[in-house]
Amino acid sequence: MDLLRELEKEQLRDNIPAFGPGDTVRVHVKVREGEKERIQVFEGVVIGRKGGSVRESFTVRKVSYSIGVERVFPVHSPSIDRIEVVRHGRVRRAKLYFLRNLKGKAARLEEEYDRR
Amino acid sequence: MVQGILAKKIGMTQVFDDSGAMVPVTVVQAGPCVVVLRRTTETDGHEAAQIGLVAGKPPRKVSKPLLGSFAKAGVPPTRVLAEVPVTDGSEVKPGDTVLCDIFTVGEVIRVVGTSKGKGFQGAMKRHHFRGGAASHGSMFHRAPGGIGPSAYPSRVFPGTRMAGRMGVDKVTLKHVKVVKVDLERNLIFLKGAVPGGRNALLRLVKGQGGGR
Repeated sequence: MDLLRELEKEQLRDNIPAFGPGDTVRVHVKVREGEKERIQVFEGVVIGRKGGSVRESFTVRKVSYSIGVERVFPVHSPSIDRIEVVRHGRVRRAKLYFLRNLKGKAARLEEEYDRR
Repeated sequence: MVQGILAKKIGMTQVFDDSGAMVPVTVVQAGPCVVVLRRTTETDGHEAAQIGLVAGKPPRKVSKPLLGSFAKAGVPPTRVLAEVPVTDGSEVKPGDTVLCDIFTVGEVIRVVGTSKGKGFQGAMKRHHFRGGAASHGSMFHRAPGGIGPSAYPSRVFPGTRMAGRMGVDKVTLKHVKVVKVDLERNLIFLKGAVPGGRNALLRLVKGQGGGR
């Protein structure tokens, strides 16, 4: 059991910034197109993090051309180039699934300035 | 060359492959094993090696004939013994060690183990019977249904599938991919699940198909 934990620890990335639900992040994803590799940016609100250790993942939600789009990323995936935290939102719960039912002005989150 | 090794299941986790994709893996501790006995076509009718895993079985617990076998190989008694194939005409002799480096990354192998015990289970779970409707007054839910004709033969045929003890079966998985080999810690990462719970004993054998 402890050996497993150790093995997982070896795969953890240490260059992941601290972010949580409510934060707006810019995820730079490596995209492979044939032989070439380029970076694609996905920007949106983190609506939850789940799992632990290497299995941890987070969901980013954005509204693109009035269509809600959610992408789930593994936190420690090597295909994530980097994660930028754009702003910290003030939220009181861990999973912001209620945002899915809100749109426009109602779906905004108050900014939290005093964090980091 | 020895074509297999004995291993202990550590547990499951996941790794990222070179393309960044997530791969579910089972980590097993493979070996180090020692060759205790070499079987040859002349004496035994087939080519194989008997290998042992985990030394440290107290000699008082080993039967005299086996003790002699261990002494002949010049190795301390092992807790587990199993036979694995050997490539024809290869130089494998008792006392040789077998390490997990007999497998290479990307290789497709066979994994033999014992499945987890499920206890006494009904026909639906044990034999995938369909069962009946849960509602609409059916009154036939998870029962097995008919188990054969009546007056003739007036008995139930042997082997008729019914409820009973499930699990603890010998299970052979073919086409199991080796994802990673860690020679330093004697670890092998296999893609997907393997039979048995944690600490279960497994036999990893080269080759994809069935056969010995």
